[in-house]
Amino acid sequence: MSTTTTTPGLYDNRTAFADELIQLARTDDRIVAVCNDSVGSSNLVAFRDEFPDRLINVGIAEQNMVGVGAGLASAGYIPFVCAAGPFLTGRSLEQVKADVAYSQHPVILCGMSPGMAYGELGPTHHSVEDFSWLRALPGLDIVVPADRLQTRQAVQQAVASPRPMYIRVGRHKVPDVSPAGSVLERGHFQTLREGTDVTLIGTGTLVSRAVEAAELLAADGLSVRVLNAAYIAPLDVASIVAAAEETGAIITAEEGNVAGGLGAAVASVVSQLGRDARVPVRILGLTEFAPTGSTDFLLDHFGLTPAHLAAAARDARTNG
Amino acid sequence: MLLGTDVTQVEAWRKLQEKLTAASVTDRSALLHRRANDTRSDVVRMIDHAGQGHIGGDFSVTDILTVLFNGVLRIDPNDPQKAGRDRFVLSKGHCAAALYATLASCGYFSPDELLTFMGPLSALNGHPNRNKVPGVETNTGPLGHGLPVAVGQALAAKLAGNGARVFAVMGDGEMQEGSNWEALMTGAHYGLDNLTAVVDRNRLQQGARTEDTSSLDPLDEKLLAFGWELRIIDGHDYEQLAAAFKPSSTGKPVAVIANTTKGKGVSFIEDRVEWHHKVPSTEQVVLALEELA
Repeated sequence: MSTTTTTPGLYDNRTAFADELIQLARTDDRIVAVCNDSVGSSNLVAFRDEFPDRLINVGIAEQNMVGVGAGLASAGYIPFVCAAGPFLTGRSLEQVKADVAYSQHPVILCGMSPGMAYGELGPTHHSVEDFSWLRALPGLDIVVPADRLQTRQAVQQAVASPRPMYIRVGRHKVPDVSPAGSVLERGHFQTLREGTDVTLIGTGTLVSRAVEAAELLAADGLSVRVLNAAYIAPLDVASIVAAAEETGAIITAEEGNVAGGLGAAVASVVSQLGRDARVPVRILGLTEFAPTGSTDFLLDHFGLTPAHLAAAARDARTNG
Repeated sequence: MLLGTDVTQVEAWRKLQEKLTAASVTDRSALLHRRANDTRSDVVRMIDHAGQGHIGGDFSVTDILTVLFNGVLRIDPNDPQKAGRDRFVLSKGHCAAALYATLASCGYFSPDELLTFMGPLSALNGHPNRNKVPGVETNTGPLGHGLPVAVGQALAAKLAGNGARVFAVMGDGEMQEGSNWEALMTGAHYGLDNLTAVVDRNRLQQGARTEDTSSLDPLDEKLLAFGWELRIIDGHDYEQLAAAFKPSSTGKPVAVIANTTKGKGVSFIEDRVEWHHKVPSTEQVVLALEELA
């Protein structure tokens, strides 16, 4: 069992994102930021103040914004294209497909305030379809940092990567969950806790909740594996297969629609295993447009809590 | 990248450049006209062989492409990825055949490849792919994508201070896409005087005339109102095209309305809506090649 270092407190990952971006931009003048009038909400005020020529604000024009990012990347720049997740991925989906993924221009698409971070603003402002939409695009990495450390490492990897990438940059405050000294690895889940009875796979805001659920289950005497799915694409097939072979059930949890998201990806792998290796899977996420409520209220509403994860694990073990 | 440089063809292209530089205005136009009609003949053969294509738009844009790739763009077909090069984006990606024939004539790849157009596993897909075809700068096909990318490339050239220029060609029907108008605003806002947006104004779109579908006019006033320097030309006049592609004189990005004829060069194809993507019969192929000879 690896040790989890938990720093007291809850953090908005956008702060770590902006800090790391500015730090790297000081020594790499290829780094630019592109946004859609979201200088404030994308936490780019300090970047703009320090690098006024390298912050390109195209106004409220997301399709153009993604195309401009592709053009900058094609000419050797490293563009961090920042906008609230729903508009970046929804309004510009065809640009993300054709100009970024299919063209393989190494743009970094930064989905700010993803999931249900904009709680009461409602489903128009929730980015809960992004996994489903973007998983269908070959050649686009999908990264979901769970905390401040992973957010910084995701920014570093984006600068070093020759490939396009989508990063969910969380706004809803979360605790630190990554072990000290851990490294975000492309295409790998991070093991936060070893176990043999059941595996909980969380991503983003759901990672700390999976860790808490494991504590609840451990109190029942269960040996629980917890995986942080910080990379959704490329998918860590080996870890999923190992979880199926070595533990009795898999529970996934994501702040996103269950149609085509992380859970669907995991289930697709498990369902294609041999009969003896298949295990029960439970997929926790959204199944409908959210009602009105705060982010925390909505996470509870959709059963994305430690208690619900633990209950799903017990159910999978009992009922198969 | 599936295709590589054809050194012999690059040499032929270089010799043509020398001839064009030394030629009188009349001779230059004659040389470009010959080059353009050779490209149109290639397109006829490609579409005949593939059994599909967009011949009308290919022919309306051919003279624009011919002028750009013969004396305007600072490019090196021996080194397609050369840093600081000028960039060309064919936003109307369905006219890939005309682009492929033009690129092959420059030696970006062998003209022998042209007959693979749209064949199984060919690099020459129905719409251009930059990872397969040297000289293609970004993948296009869905309309309204090229100009935003060109704006990004022009911004990059400004940031780098390398003097590179960027040209994008849109179909006129394509100007119905809202993303173009977003990009026009950005180009003007950032004063991208290294960017030229060309509208291939053949007045026909897939199903009907543009003005009978969703009116574009007054396109000139719209482009001026969006803050661009405007040049209106005959898109089949080589001297007018060359003049229109000169750098901005106002510090603003340049918009060129190139008035063209869809299907230009073959009498029975010209200005007929059905030739958007109609394929010529065997007899029509012979007639077309005769007219273009």
